[in-house]
Amino acid sequence: MIDTAFLWETLLRLLPGLPLTLQLAAISLLIGALLAFALAGMRLSGLRLLDGAAQAYILVFRGTPLLVQIYLIYYGAAQFPALRDSMLWPFLREAWWCAVLALSLNTGAYGAEIVRGGLMAVPGGQIEAAQACGMGRWLMFRRVLLPQALVRMLPAYGNEIVLMIKATALASTITLMEITGLAAKAISESYRPVEVFLAAAALYLCLTLGAGRLVRLAEMRLLHGQGNTGGTHS
Amino acid sequence: MTDAIVLKDIRKVFGRLEVLHGVTLRAAKGEVVSILGASGSGKSTLLRCANRLETPDAGEVRLGDLVVPAVKADRRTVDLLRQRTAMVFQAFNLWSHRTILENVMEAPVHVQRRPRGEVREEARALLDRVGILDKADSYPAQLSGGQQQRAAIARALATRPEVMLFDEPTSALDPELVGEVLRVMRDLAAEGRTMLVVTHEMGFARDVSNRVVYLHQGQVEEQGPPDQLFTRPESARLRQFLGLAEQ
Repeated sequence: MIDTAFLWETLLRLLPGLPLTLQLAAISLLIGALLAFALAGMRLSGLRLLDGAAQAYILVFRGTPLLVQIYLIYYGAAQFPALRDSMLWPFLREAWWCAVLALSLNTGAYGAEIVRGGLMAVPGGQIEAAQACGMGRWLMFRRVLLPQALVRMLPAYGNEIVLMIKATALASTITLMEITGLAAKAISESYRPVEVFLAAAALYLCLTLGAGRLVRLAEMRLLHGQGNTGGTHS
Repeated sequence: MTDAIVLKDIRKVFGRLEVLHGVTLRAAKGEVVSILGASGSGKSTLLRCANRLETPDAGEVRLGDLVVPAVKADRRTVDLLRQRTAMVFQAFNLWSHRTILENVMEAPVHVQRRPRGEVREEARALLDRVGILDKADSYPAQLSGGQQQRAAIARALATRPEVMLFDEPTSALDPELVGEVLRVMRDLAAEGRTMLVVTHEMGFARDVSNRVVYLHQGQVEEQGPPDQLFTRPESARLRQFLGLAEQ
């Protein structure tokens, strides 16, 4: 039988891991989004070299396990004297930075294709209308392309956000005491994996539900801002 | 009379297909020029070369004192050409994420950097003029096609263009909505706007334009005042296009 008192107690024990989980997810998603835009820009640049480099990057980071990427960065970096002597070492020495780096690089690859899809889905006429009134490239991107692409990429990006929240659990394998790290510790002390993992799962569920709700809300706001909820009449 | 816009020897090639074989077309200040032709004759491409939505392969565009060569035109010159002209599209192309009023204010405020308050007043007056001031705060998707096209015309007017380019402005409209758009266009012609109009509306071309240009396979087949072109066309192709019986 499941011991509900113990379950509750474990839940409280895991709660201190919540900020680290959120922090890893939020920072990686932020850096990853910037990376995703840069990669999407490279893919859409029309320059073969840039496009090819972005494609190769995306292929590698989407095609290999995130856990392997985390291990490679955390355990692998120390093998290279050049890295150990470089300015990057104070960061690569820290498990936290390694986790953020691996998570960012990974979500950047997935995000790139979402961003690219969103940008390409903006109808050509919207862009031509901007060009026809003499908008420069940057102004057009800021005022027309980006706002319209955001609405189109939000549902897919929401999915990526949820995946990333769950992926932070892998950070526990390189000593970070986020929710899953604390759970592993609790199990080694109590030998009661079912209750502990149930408690951890419940916490993740709350996070992903909350994130999903936020994305939905943002979507509604953006869509409403475009009058798409009002229906059409002719 | 001085030319407001001149398209000179415009050539355009798509892959191996040459769609414009050196077309020259001019419009004097205040002149309304209708461009007719079967589909595939290159009339839309010609119009899109006028504001560089298509890059011509040879020739030049002159807008007043501004000369834009086909090749080696720098981006700033092209932007200037576009800021001084305005285009009304077949599919309206209103920005779907902005209200009608915001659509009209966008270019004057953000491209021409005119004061927002002044632009707002002018934009509202323009919307009133095309008869959709009550739709100022609606989004494009909430308007009918005819209303959207009138909003697009207001948007085009808002930048105070020297030349207005109309690319089949009524072709995407339900028949009962064509009239309201043509009415606005007649009104603009009457106040002396310089307009290049690619159209299938023979009635409009005949009644409103000062000159009609008939394009056939990328060349000007015949041009002249509408009276002459519609009643005594010289070219057999134009006669056929107009559905006039051959003797």
